[in-house]
Amino acid sequence: MVVVVATIKSVSFYTQNDGQQLIYTPFREDTETVGQRALNSILNAAIMISVIVVMTLVLVLLYKYRCYKVIHGWLFISSLLLLFFFSFIYLGEVFKTYNVAMDYFTLAVIIWNFGVVGMICIHWKGPLRLQQAYLIMISALMALVFIKYLPEWTSWLILAVISVYDLLAVLCPKGPLRILVETAQERNEPIFPALIYSCKFLELSTASPGQQSEDDGGFTSAWVGQQQQQLGNLQSTEESRREVQQMPSARGVKLGLGDFIFYSMLVGKASATASGDWNTTLACFVAILIGLCLTLLLLAIFKKALPALPISITFGLVFYFATDNLVRPFMDQLALHQFYI
Amino acid sequence: MPVAVFFGCAFIAFGPALALFVFTIAREPLRVIILIAGAFFWLLSLLLSSLVWFIAVKASNPENVSLQKGLLIFGAVFSVVLQEVFRFAYYRLLRKANEGLAAISEENLSPISVQQMAYVAGLGFGIMSGAFSMINILSDSLGPGTVGIYGDSQYYFITSAFMTMAMTLLHTFWGVVFFDGCEKRRWWVIAAVAALHLLVSGLSFLNPSYEGSLPPAYVIMVLMAAWAFFSSGGSLQTLTQVWMCKKNGVDSS
Repeated sequence: MVVVVATIKSVSFYTQNDGQQLIYTPFREDTETVGQRALNSILNAAIMISVIVVMTLVLVLLYKYRCYKVIHGWLFISSLLLLFFFSFIYLGEVFKTYNVAMDYFTLAVIIWNFGVVGMICIHWKGPLRLQQAYLIMISALMALVFIKYLPEWTSWLILAVISVYDLLAVLCPKGPLRILVETAQERNEPIFPALIYSCKFLELSTASPGQQSEDDGGFTSAWVGQQQQQLGNLQSTEESRREVQQMPSARGVKLGLGDFIFYSMLVGKASATASGDWNTTLACFVAILIGLCLTLLLLAIFKKALPALPISITFGLVFYFATDNLVRPFMDQLALHQFYI
Repeated sequence: MPVAVFFGCAFIAFGPALALFVFTIAREPLRVIILIAGAFFWLLSLLLSSLVWFIAVKASNPENVSLQKGLLIFGAVFSVVLQEVFRFAYYRLLRKANEGLAAISEENLSPISVQQMAYVAGLGFGIMSGAFSMINILSDSLGPGTVGIYGDSQYYFITSAFMTMAMTLLHTFWGVVFFDGCEKRRWWVIAAVAALHLLVSGLSFLNPSYEGSLPPAYVIMVLMAAWAFFSSGGSLQTLTQVWMCKKNGVDSS
């Protein structure tokens, strides 16, 4: 969220209205009457949401019928696009803003390295921190694209509708996301790393039994014996691994990337369009964080997959509109007279 | 030059709060959560009070300047009262949460004490209050402009920064004293905290004659620091011990 806000505030490209819009939102918002604008934004939001719903259903169907290659290919291509093309545009705009001279060769080397390391980290193996950093960067890039190309009322409507959709998709018995999570749990597989941000690292891979005995990791057997006495069995056995993989929440919290994108989009939109500037952005930030805390609390209570969007987005939207319209004039007046509360 | 003003005022206003955050709160996730929730509660109180102010303004004559100023003062006073109410509400919530934390921990002891929560909650209130007062002013201080071109005070930025720092620390101390008063069921303490908050806020109505608002605010801050220190268990002995330990450590190493 911090990356998105920083970019919005400094790089004007993302707040300029070029007049271009995504093909998903064909209706324009610079219309004559308020009614027409409302209607257009509703239609835009409806089209966007139906695209998202259709894509989700396709993904779930592909997963259910084990078309892993198609899914992997799709995720591969989309992360390729994000890591190379969008970051190229982003870098270009940042250089333009700060008037930095750059030649194409250096840029090509930078983008190539960035992209390839990103693909490896996300789709294969990599240090956890690096993987987290890359996932954050692509979420921020996606959010920036949305902020630039979605007209204003459409984006607020999309945020509202998508949190309702998230609620339905995860909690209803026939919801696509719930089916996805349950199928993944049944087959005891982790959900694709390109879609999920995980906070902890313990990925217990099933190592072949022959290797374990040689690798003592540098610990002397006496020390290991003593630790095992005090703490219990250190090496993971088949039973403990199966047990651990069945515990959803104990081994670190996982958050979908879509959630990141929409949180960032809300905060970015708040900083781009609010006339109260930083106060509104700050209020939305805190509101989203509190929504996330509440969601995690509910996760700890219910111990099953929960939608992360509704509570945060609701708080965020409420606080955005309330702060922009109510708090901003109040604080402006107080600052004018230098009153402190 | 504007950049210098920006950094100077930013560090004056947020330096102590940032230091407190980095050294005492950043490493413990539970404290971070309590901090953010405290900020959220302050924000809620501000929202409600600005709603009331907004309604009052809309219902009144916008041309009448003195009426508008009076309404603003009323709004500020109402906001102070509401902040203290929300502080009490946050205290109740934290007590419940503390019991829950103690129940799910292994030795039936909560990982965080009420005094620590009081400190973190007060800091949360303070940081949010300071941020909302200061951030827009800071971002304006970067841009091109002339201070006080219409005859207002030259010292707008720096006095704002000092006042913000005072308010942030004051909120922290008020948090500690308030929670302590609630724990020991001393209602006069709560009334005193509310009264002091009203006093400091009221003193700021004297701006731009800064002699009336800044020094008394700092005096009250020092007094509150002492009160908070003594009410959370410190004493002259522990203070001297800190000094002695430092001296001992230097001598023996």
